[in-house]
Amino acid sequence: MLIVALSVLLITAIIALELYLHSHLSIEKFGWAFLSRSTWDPVMEEFGALPFLYGTLVTSAIALLIAIPVGLGVAIFLSELAPRRLSDPITFLVELLAAIPSVIYGLIGIFVLVPWMRNVLEPILGTTLGFLPIFQGAPYGVGMLTAGIVLAIMVVPFIVSVSREILLAVPRSQREAILSLGATRWEMVWIAVLPYARSGILGSIFLALARALGETMAVTMVIGNRPEVRASLFEPGYTMASVIANEFTEATSDLYLSALIEIGLVLFAVTIVVNALARLFIYSLSTKRGAVRT
Amino acid sequence: MFGKIFIGSLLWMSLLGAAQAESLLINGAGATFPYPIYSKWFDEYSKLHPDVHFNYQSIGSGGGIRQTSEGIVDFGATDGPMSDEQLQKAKVKILHFPTVLGAVVPTYNVPEVQSDLTFTPQALADIFLGKITKWNDPEIAKANPGGKLPDKPIIVAHRSDGSGTTYVWVDFLSKVSPEWKEKVGVGTAVKWPVGLGGKGNEGVTGLVKQTPYSIGYVELIYAEQNKLPFGKVQNASGTAVKANLESVTAAAASAKMPEDFRVSITNPPGKEAYPIASFTWLLIPAQISDPAKGKAIVDFLHWMLQDGQKMAPPLSYAPLPKEVVTMEEKAIGQIKH
Amino acid sequence: MNTTIPLHRRLTNIVMLSLTGLFTLLTLGILFFILGYITYHGITALDRDFFTKLPKPVGEAGGGMANAILGTIKLLALASLIGIPIGFFGGVYLSEYGKETTIGFLVRFAADLLNGFPSIVMGIFAYILIVLPMKHFSTLAGGFALGIMMIPIALRSTEEFLTLVPASIREAALALGLPEWKMVTFVVIPTAFRGIMTGVMLNIARVAGETAPLLFTAFSNRFWSKGLLEPTASLPVMIYTYAIAPYEDWHRQAWAAGMVLLMLVLVANLIARLVLHRRFFQPGAS
Repeated sequence: MLIVALSVLLITAIIALELYLHSHLSIEKFGWAFLSRSTWDPVMEEFGALPFLYGTLVTSAIALLIAIPVGLGVAIFLSELAPRRLSDPITFLVELLAAIPSVIYGLIGIFVLVPWMRNVLEPILGTTLGFLPIFQGAPYGVGMLTAGIVLAIMVVPFIVSVSREILLAVPRSQREAILSLGATRWEMVWIAVLPYARSGILGSIFLALARALGETMAVTMVIGNRPEVRASLFEPGYTMASVIANEFTEATSDLYLSALIEIGLVLFAVTIVVNALARLFIYSLSTKRGAVRT
Repeated sequence: MFGKIFIGSLLWMSLLGAAQAESLLINGAGATFPYPIYSKWFDEYSKLHPDVHFNYQSIGSGGGIRQTSEGIVDFGATDGPMSDEQLQKAKVKILHFPTVLGAVVPTYNVPEVQSDLTFTPQALADIFLGKITKWNDPEIAKANPGGKLPDKPIIVAHRSDGSGTTYVWVDFLSKVSPEWKEKVGVGTAVKWPVGLGGKGNEGVTGLVKQTPYSIGYVELIYAEQNKLPFGKVQNASGTAVKANLESVTAAAASAKMPEDFRVSITNPPGKEAYPIASFTWLLIPAQISDPAKGKAIVDFLHWMLQDGQKMAPPLSYAPLPKEVVTMEEKAIGQIKH
Repeated sequence: MNTTIPLHRRLTNIVMLSLTGLFTLLTLGILFFILGYITYHGITALDRDFFTKLPKPVGEAGGGMANAILGTIKLLALASLIGIPIGFFGGVYLSEYGKETTIGFLVRFAADLLNGFPSIVMGIFAYILIVLPMKHFSTLAGGFALGIMMIPIALRSTEEFLTLVPASIREAALALGLPEWKMVTFVVIPTAFRGIMTGVMLNIARVAGETAPLLFTAFSNRFWSKGLLEPTASLPVMIYTYAIAPYEDWHRQAWAAGMVLLMLVLVANLIARLVLHRRFFQPGAS
């Protein structure tokens, strides 16, 4: 039994090790510069991970920018406003969003979201906010903004689920204290409840971020697959997970494969850090204040 | 009740699966360029030989080269022949066997244009270099007098995976545009100056089909099967030629086929020749350890060179020239099984 | 004392609270849109051929995904064989013997990390460990990748449900003279059984939709795949392949497959909720 439990630790370690071992060709050749070079040229065997880091960060940032207010809003509604009878079923429904497989999000992304982005949203943003470099260029439909939006939908349930639990765990005394001082409902939430739940909510955001960073299929299907750093969100981009999915079976040289595995290693490392931070924030809340389960 | 239906279906499916238990599975992967004709061939062949299944996955020529070199699949397929370096690095000795001739066509989605556009080689190179950005650019307009080209940005689509179709396309562009040759070069995956990436011929076709004002390069059959318009290309002797069986066959006419079958036929001389055509090859290991698989593969190759060739024209692939067929029949003897 | 709250604060209150309600409606709206859209396109696309026929040559309409359905079933069965026992026994250890220990903490932490690894990284791992040495793609490699992904969830959910078993039941068993291992095996685990099974079901449903780890492990197959050592088609990979292709008929089949997958996931989640909901109202369970 103990052995089985320890095997979990072992597996985690082996994964890290294997990834590192198989990227050593690329690590030797490019060193740390791998992370700052933006050339991805399989013909000349020049590889740099910057476009993928950029694409991953940008799409995740867009996702969080949308998902945090929406997710928090829903969590507040479900914990403060909705009666318990409504809140539970609605929570279940929101959590269903997290259960939908990524490839299905991709399916809807290609056939519903992309045309809508191309014909409706991107032109509108282009004409109204086109002076901003992030909204310039031709509306392809596929691109970083579209990928960011799909990711946002996919990570909202994580923020809602964890934040709701955390908000519910905030002691009544906090709320009653500020209400007795004459605050409105919203002010109570904003001034008394949210700050108290701060670290847990931060934890939920990190969880959402970790999920967004590693998301592969839905992003691959709508991002346009272009390894380049561009300012405009309308432009196609590429993420770390997508390039591995697209090019892994075809890496025609050992260095190419090694470079892809190194990208996997970077992704892996980043995800570990973010996940660890997330758990730290949530653990700290649960040990200090009890009652929160994730 | 539901339990019974459920268990029943499971049993039924496993029986269906088990019924295949006696058959031989031969795995191959590679080019999407010839996928329509290969999938037809393998389907027809398995009707003639129900105990043999060729499982071909179209993942792109780059993938075909890689997986065959590693020995992870039994055979591969590519439209960009392997380089000397790739052949040397491969874990097994690999032989090239041409199967059919195909064409790479510039396909586009411009609602305002009703007739076929004509592209000069320069126009194609400059569009894909990102130098020509609008559909009504003079370089495109001058080859299409009277065509009402809109003032819209061109959205370029290319392959995101390692592709023989790409190889043929950029091989052509390198021959006609020194700037392309210098800036981008030739390969199954290149550093594209502009454009969206699609996976496989299927992906690029899908992109062009769904994105107005886009242009991409795909194998002829993909444009035809999906009713996408594709342009004429000006060949080396100045004639604007549309890709079809005759023009593709004409392109192969002037090529001298070397012993190892690796040859490029882009931008050939010849008035009728389509300038962006290519052979496509099966990559077969020279030494096949499994005798059953070896026998099946050799048998398939012979069948492909005779009966298989007849199935090419309906799918818009040109059959191999007779001399090539004769050369190949002899070369099959090199496969040791 | 004047207790009228100033207008701007009242307005803020109403606006912000309405916004939360709006966001909730938006989120639910998106969920129902996705469900409805897929159901509509999926149902019109489903036919008997889908479940019984193999894929047809490229460009020809018709055919089905029988091999992909069987492939997914095989992959999930293999993954469960690998992931569930490890997760289960690990969970038992954590809840019965490792509550406050350092090892317990480490294992829990490792499981959470493992859970957060991007699925494509699992695919790379399985490729390195199984595909490369074996020199070909296989159901085994795909099942292995999926199995590892199942471990952390199985572990945490087993631990959680075992922990829910009240101390009174354990103490009663011990008071009757049962040795600890018998108490765990014959009393605690059966009590938590329903919850654990629910966890298993949810785990399988989640892994059923994973595509990325299969792309270069189980790969794909136009025919039936025999045994465990051949590449196999699977529903998620077929959806992906067909969705990015230009053929209308393939799109139709992608919707059908998407619907089958979605139904599987939905049904699993609904059953889980019903089971757990009832559980929590049983007297004695805390």
